[in-house]
Amino acid sequence: MTTATTTSALKPAAALTKNGGAPARRKIKSFYPSWFYIPAIALYVVFFAVPTFASFYFALTRWTLFDNTFIGFGNFVEFFQDPQLISGFIHTFEYGFATSAAKVVIGFLLALLLTGPVIARGYLRAVIFFPVLVSTIGVGIVFKNLLDPFHGMVNGILGAVGLPQPGWFTDPKLALWSIAAVDIWKGVGIATLIFMAGIVAIPQEYFEAARMDGAGSWKILRTITLPLSRPAMATVIILSLIGGLRSFDLIWATTGGGPGFTSDVIASVIYKEYQAGFYGLSTAGNVVLFLVVTVIMVPISYFLNRKEVEL
Amino acid sequence: MKAQRTRAWITGVIAVVVSVVVFLVPFVYVVLQAAKDPADAQTLAFSWPKQFLFFQNLGDVLTYNDGIIFRAFVNSTILTVFSVAVTTVFAAMVGYVLQRKPSRWNPVINFFVLAGLIVPPAVVPTIWVLQGLGLYKTMLGMILIEATFGLSFNILLFRAFVATIPKELDEAAVIDGSGPIRMFFRVILPLLRPVLVTVIVVQAVVVFNDFAGPLYFLPGDENATVQLTLYQFQGQSQSFYNLLFMDILLITIPPLVMFIFFNRQIVAGLTSGAVKG
Repeated sequence: MTTATTTSALKPAAALTKNGGAPARRKIKSFYPSWFYIPAIALYVVFFAVPTFASFYFALTRWTLFDNTFIGFGNFVEFFQDPQLISGFIHTFEYGFATSAAKVVIGFLLALLLTGPVIARGYLRAVIFFPVLVSTIGVGIVFKNLLDPFHGMVNGILGAVGLPQPGWFTDPKLALWSIAAVDIWKGVGIATLIFMAGIVAIPQEYFEAARMDGAGSWKILRTITLPLSRPAMATVIILSLIGGLRSFDLIWATTGGGPGFTSDVIASVIYKEYQAGFYGLSTAGNVVLFLVVTVIMVPISYFLNRKEVEL
Repeated sequence: MKAQRTRAWITGVIAVVVSVVVFLVPFVYVVLQAAKDPADAQTLAFSWPKQFLFFQNLGDVLTYNDGIIFRAFVNSTILTVFSVAVTTVFAAMVGYVLQRKPSRWNPVINFFVLAGLIVPPAVVPTIWVLQGLGLYKTMLGMILIEATFGLSFNILLFRAFVATIPKELDEAAVIDGSGPIRMFFRVILPLLRPVLVTVIVVQAVVVFNDFAGPLYFLPGDENATVQLTLYQFQGQSQSFYNLLFMDILLITIPPLVMFIFFNRQIVAGLTSGAVKG
């Protein structure tokens, strides 16, 4: 839709300049071909926009991919009556906010460490960042083994020094938080890098001036580094929340949503309902996830990007 | 000055020790497990292999289940190369014109770019579209899906970078009489080289590591991509932990190679939003 209107709206202008007589500046402007948009728009519309809009209809149906029966809000009613699906809904928030908050705090502290006076900076940066590039499923399997309640290395060490040996992925109270911890392990490197770039971009004069005025490290941190890292902070919060709320791979690789459904999130519910053949219900889950992500992300990104930094 | 040097050493040494425990132990564990015999690996212990079977396990994993891993590597390579090529060129074209040409449509386009970044793809409706086009369970369908999902992020990277290229270069090219396509490929694309490398490397790692995409849109053993092969070694009566970990090791190598060669570009790409916001 957008394709057609964009090109047709701009064509007359292009035709006009070809006939000559337009000022040079205008000639340059219309020189950039609008059809450059078309390949990307075609992909976007067919494989992203159409499914997204279709999901709002199919979420209201009982659906087998070949035919569908309109059942109104039945799927949503079912979604919010089934305790498994409700807990998945709540876990999505807990998981998203917990991982995002931890990545902000730990990432910022690591960035302070790595931009301050420290030896082996290059090595530290590399080992903290590398997990970001590794397969999430691989990471999940490795930690599932390291955190195995009976044979895992972590509990082996805890047992040897006489500490309790929790069932990291098998204790219903703990499973979701264990996965969140692994998620933080894997993702904190990107937060660290973003904060480092933000801190390095702060002009050195500010720090020098503050030190001249006799400000201590704590004061410098609070009045210069922290407020001027705001763009980096915004990027980290937005990226980690988007990732956390949609998280699926790691949960699937470690617990599969278990034990029971104590570590299910909306994304894993979508997969389970899809696997079970409840396509309408699965799509309703998708619509719920869409609403959750939009309702959280739009105000947050508006708020984070609005205020200019005041020094 | 001397006090500061001492502090750098102390914090550095502590950080290195912690990083070894927290970040390196899991990787060492993978290598150790990958070198064990099946019974040894089954105990899950963090221990030196009783028998060092690294190369035998490597051979076993490559021939396991009619060489499904080898096939998966071929599939993942095809998927990665083509989807990255498509998404890079399409995103560069959009990012370029979007930055250069002010138009009342730009806010609309920017809105859809951001929506593509935030909105989670609708799973079953996408399968429905693929089926309607006859592309479900085909490599071509999967390539186009990955290319589509990569568009938004890469458009943002290209748009930000094009802003740093002086517009006078375009104007000079126009005056020299080159058309838009010629200018784009001869003048602009070479200037985009730094960001081009970033986009290609980051996108390649993302697609190579993607699990949910192929799980939903490319099912079937003959189509398996590397991430899905990890499930080959579990769930049966006997689990081959040594082979599972060898497989993890194998699929970690391509990102590792990328990391070693393109560390700087990857970092630049992923942190581009940090300074400006």
